Amino acid sequence: MEFDTIAAISTPMGEGAIAIVRLSGDQAFEIADRLFRGAGGKRLKDAASHTIHYGHIIDPKTGLIAEEVMVSAMKGPKTFTKEDVIEINCHGGLISVNRVLQLLLNNGARLAEPGEFTKRAFLNGRIDLSQAEAVMDLIRAKTDRAMNVALGQMEGRLSKLIQKLRQEILEILAHVEVNIDYPEYDDVEEMTHHILMEKSFYVKKEIEKLLRTSQQGKILREGLSTVIVGRPNVGKSSLLNSLVHENKAIVTDIPGTTRDVIEEYVNVRGVPLRLLDTAGIRETEDIVERIGVEKSRQVLKEADLILLVLNYSDELTAEDENIFKAVEGMDVIVIVNKMDLDQKIDMERVKELSKKHKLVTTSLLEDKGVDDLEEAIASLFFEGTIEAGDMTYVSNTRHIALLNQALNTIDEAMQGVEMGTPIDIVQIDLTRTWELLGEIIGDSVHESLIDQLFSQFCLGK
Amino acid sequence: MTYEAGSYDVIVVGAGHAGVEAGLASARLGAKTLMITINLDMVAFMPCNPSVGGPAKGIVVREIDALGGEMGKNIDKTHIQMRMLNTGKGPAVRALRAQADKFTYQHEMKKALENEPNLTLIQGMVERLMVENGECKGVMTQTGAVYSSKTVVITTGTFLRGEIILGELKYSSGPNNQQPSIKLSEHLQELGFELVRFKTGTPPRVNSHSIDYSKTEIQPGDDVPRAFSYETTKYITDQLPCWLTYTNEETHTLIDNNLHRSPMYSGMIKGTGPRYCPSIEDKVVRFNDKPRHQIFLEPEGRNTQEVYVQGLSTSLPEDVQQKILRTIPGLENVQMMRAGYAIEYDAIVPTQLWPTLETKNVKNLYTAGQINGTSGYEEAAGQGLMAGMNAGLKSIGKEEVILSRSDAYIGVLIDDLITKGTNEPYRLLTSRAEYRLLLRHDNADLRLTELGYKVGLIREERYEKFLVKKQAIEEEKNRLQGIIIKPASEVQALIKSQGGSELKDGIRASDLLKRPEMTYEHIQKLIPAEGTLDPDVTEQVEIQIKYEGYIEKSLQQVERLKKMENKKIPENIDYDAINGLASEAKQKLKEVRPLSIAQASRISGVNPADISILLVYLEQGRIAKISAE
Ligand SMILES: Cc1cc2nc3c(=O)[nH]c(=O)nc-3n(C[C@H](O)[C@H](O)[C@H](O)COP(=O)(O)OP(=O)(O)OC[C@H]3O[C@@H](n4cnc5c(N)ncnc54)[C@H](O)[C@@H]3O)c2cc1C
Ligand SMILES: Nc1nc2c(ncn2[C@@H]2O[C@H](COP(=O)(O)OP(=O)(O)OP(=O)(O)O)[C@@H](O)[C@H]2O)c(=O)[nH]1
Ligand SMILES: [Mg+2]
Repeated sequence: MEFDTIAAISTPMGEGAIAIVRLSGDQAFEIADRLFRGAGGKRLKDAASHTIHYGHIIDPKTGLIAEEVMVSAMKGPKTFTKEDVIEINCHGGLISVNRVLQLLLNNGARLAEPGEFTKRAFLNGRIDLSQAEAVMDLIRAKTDRAMNVALGQMEGRLSKLIQKLRQEILEILAHVEVNIDYPEYDDVEEMTHHILMEKSFYVKKEIEKLLRTSQQGKILREGLSTVIVGRPNVGKSSLLNSLVHENKAIVTDIPGTTRDVIEEYVNVRGVPLRLLDTAGIRETEDIVERIGVEKSRQVLKEADLILLVLNYSDELTAEDENIFKAVEGMDVIVIVNKMDLDQKIDMERVKELSKKHKLVTTSLLEDKGVDDLEEAIASLFFEGTIEAGDMTYVSNTRHIALLNQALNTIDEAMQGVEMGTPIDIVQIDLTRTWELLGEIIGDSVHESLIDQLFSQFCLGK
Repeated sequence: MTYEAGSYDVIVVGAGHAGVEAGLASARLGAKTLMITINLDMVAFMPCNPSVGGPAKGIVVREIDALGGEMGKNIDKTHIQMRMLNTGKGPAVRALRAQADKFTYQHEMKKALENEPNLTLIQGMVERLMVENGECKGVMTQTGAVYSSKTVVITTGTFLRGEIILGELKYSSGPNNQQPSIKLSEHLQELGFELVRFKTGTPPRVNSHSIDYSKTEIQPGDDVPRAFSYETTKYITDQLPCWLTYTNEETHTLIDNNLHRSPMYSGMIKGTGPRYCPSIEDKVVRFNDKPRHQIFLEPEGRNTQEVYVQGLSTSLPEDVQQKILRTIPGLENVQMMRAGYAIEYDAIVPTQLWPTLETKNVKNLYTAGQINGTSGYEEAAGQGLMAGMNAGLKSIGKEEVILSRSDAYIGVLIDDLITKGTNEPYRLLTSRAEYRLLLRHDNADLRLTELGYKVGLIREERYEKFLVKKQAIEEEKNRLQGIIIKPASEVQALIKSQGGSELKDGIRASDLLKRPEMTYEHIQKLIPAEGTLDPDVTEQVEIQIKYEGYIEKSLQQVERLKKMENKKIPENIDYDAINGLASEAKQKLKEVRPLSIAQASRISGVNPADISILLVYLEQGRIAKISAE
């Protein structure tokens, strides 16, 4: 625990476009070397201390370039922690640092605990006595925040999935335990290699599924789930296209063009957004469109941020007012579009309806006002008004690393089964899988196995 | 009136399963030891199952033996049947179980006590401890006798303020109508100990003559001779069988209809009972979809007709018990000799103990066995051995011994108790051990003999034999690692006959043994060893080679744990002075007072952040000291 190599993002989130991933420990050079391709073909592990290198981070699994980076290499003891330290500077904001961090974690580094760099600095005698107190405060404060995150997750979908999966593993474990501790007990069927294989296979598939959703939807791309709503034809799809800088959604002058929810991922000034363009909300007879409208209402409920679009050249309607009602209490940015056309909208009323929400005016046709909108999104995020994105971000890194480890252990369990290793030994790996999943949701108490044992089976003299 | 009755190094109060091991260990390592017990006819009495061992517990018996204890030897001399359990599973979970002749078990154990040179065994009821300035200096009995000593071990089992409950009847009593121990319990409270109220129960006993065994299934012992002790050379071959039968719908209806007379459900019983020993009424209520429950009929000995009805623990009224028994096939005309009952008793909250089993409250006072919140003979014996060993060592000025979780099940047991406490009578289960592949039945001697020898509980001769065995294992392992087996035709034939795939190339004998279909015997056929090796040796060779990968993994975990284990927390640490510790953690740490960071991290309610803070603080203390020098 003390001597492994740790990694974390060390730039406070939201400060500038460059973020740094920092590695510290005996293996810092080695681990970074596995991922780094220097411009001149130079290997990082041979690098002299206190040098800076330009190059790329490669995903060793695919061989593809992941990020363009600058790497500072520093040998201990003249570093912050007195250990070997590597700092990787990334440009792409949160999404790209996250990707780099993830690669490091998959290649031998462990995610640092809150305050752990500072703690190491202290333990290695880098910081003096008076600063130690501050370190403890820091650990406490950061941990409390991490706890909030964990708690937030507890209620989330991920946590429910993990709890369900853990429960299934727990039942397998309890079953194996009963066979061991109560061998004479005849109404529990004997756990066989065959059953164990089936169950492990299932667990593996589930973990893979979790990883897939984590990786595609959540980490690399997910951030704030941001829903664009508005009446038909106000310019929602146009808004999506200009934020993505590409023509992803079909734009026509026919109201009701978008009929299903369109999803795109984009990084707005370092803030990862999952953009959802929806069917314009209105009462409609058209079945397909109506289904689309229904879906729009649904995604609304799960949104972290709402971009509510109005038409400057049209009067406010009852439908607009209804949309305002539907998003009450949520984080909303109101966008009045089509500023290039003649005003028909009652701006006073719009301001009234917007209450405390930010209000931005745009002409998407002329590409005006998009900067203001991006600014509004970024500041909402970094002022901490929106928390959801921050939380998924923090926890994702950790939980993906843990999911990957869990995947390894379940693989080992399956190999054991294939080899015909006794079930009680295979169980060692299965238990580890269960523990790792528990760490994701902050629950690894051994006692629950024993609870399970006695609630699932009727045992005793 | 009180009188001076003598002076000893160590006094052990109680001669149950904990007491006898404590007394013997202390005497054998050279401390002059006195044992006092309420009734000399009840030494090592088994108030419940006439059985020793089983999963986890059986391994404890082997560990006790490797540390020079008596339980293994005694049951080897007095069992009526023995079986190796889990033979179809991995080596980590194999375990022996013996049915005891409970009477000869007591007699043989008493003999061992009486014949121990350094040990004095007397009858008496201890009522007070002689405590001065927080140090225990001896004990006083009901008759006013004051015995002084350097250390004291209390092993009073279920006697503390014991109360028997049988249907509507409730009375003050120790197990099996023995005299309860009331004053001592009150005195412990006076000394500041926190006590909890626990409960356990036992089934009725029936007369063998009245059982129709033809309606039951026979459960014989193993054909192969088995023994717990590494020293046993004489095996009992004449075994008695046990018998299996089942409850049925009629039984369950009867119980349901009489629940209102059950003290469990009428609220008469307040103590916490163990989940793993539910009474039959519990089982029927909690698992009411089960059409039947197993009932084992176990003879209590060779010279008695009493049969223990395993699976039918109950505190229902006597008349209901009679009727329940008679619903069971084979027991239609059964004659009940003793009714089952529940017993409530005081136990001390075990987080009040150091890992040596010395109490934090009173120096030189140790407790062991059911008084510490456990249940079971083996759990009691294991603690008794450690408490006796440490009380003995301390009394003669030697360093005490703590077993870690990776050393022994006994280490797991004690660490769980003193670190986590328990809210029900604690029973060992294999799942409580995180390194069970290391804590095997077969390697208890390899794990612990060295230690037993060092503290003086293993004699020279046995130690020599142990060293020879150890060397033989290493030599044979080296031999297999050194020989390359070539893909000759007889080799391929043997592999094929076992369903394996043929060799493509030469392979190390040890690697061939790792294949699931190969056994040591097969390898032995291909490359015979010089001379014959002891089966104990070849078993080790096979297990150690076959499971090398997994064993290695466990050992690495242990290594990591050791690092944390080595970060000691000073006894005088002031948790209140540490900024940043969460208040729950602070309170738990103050209560448990862990001796190492590893132990601290096992306390529930102490989270990783608290551990980090603790580490920083400890480091700060170190630096402070250095700068002060
Ligand atoms: C009814 C009943 C049911 C049980 N059921 C189970 C079960 O289902 N499963 C299980 O694992 N275990 C069960 N047990 C527990 C098992 O019997 C005990 O765990 C084990 O015997 C404890 O050993 P011990 O040495 O701690 O105490 P005991 O064996 O009880 O020995 C206590 C000793 O202390 C002596 N003593 C007590 N007070 C004094 C005093 N003041 N002065 C001098 N001597 C004193 C007694 O005479 C006795 O020798 C049951 C026990 C009882 C009574
Ligand atoms: N003049 C002007 N036209 C715009 C502006 N923004 C979008 N439009 C036009 O308005 C029409 C509708 O735009 P979309 O983006 O498809 O609108 P929508 O809200 O997605 O519509 P539905 O999917 O049908 O609900 C298109 O013809 C766009 O070119 C703007 O700022 N000014
Ligand atoms: Mg559209």
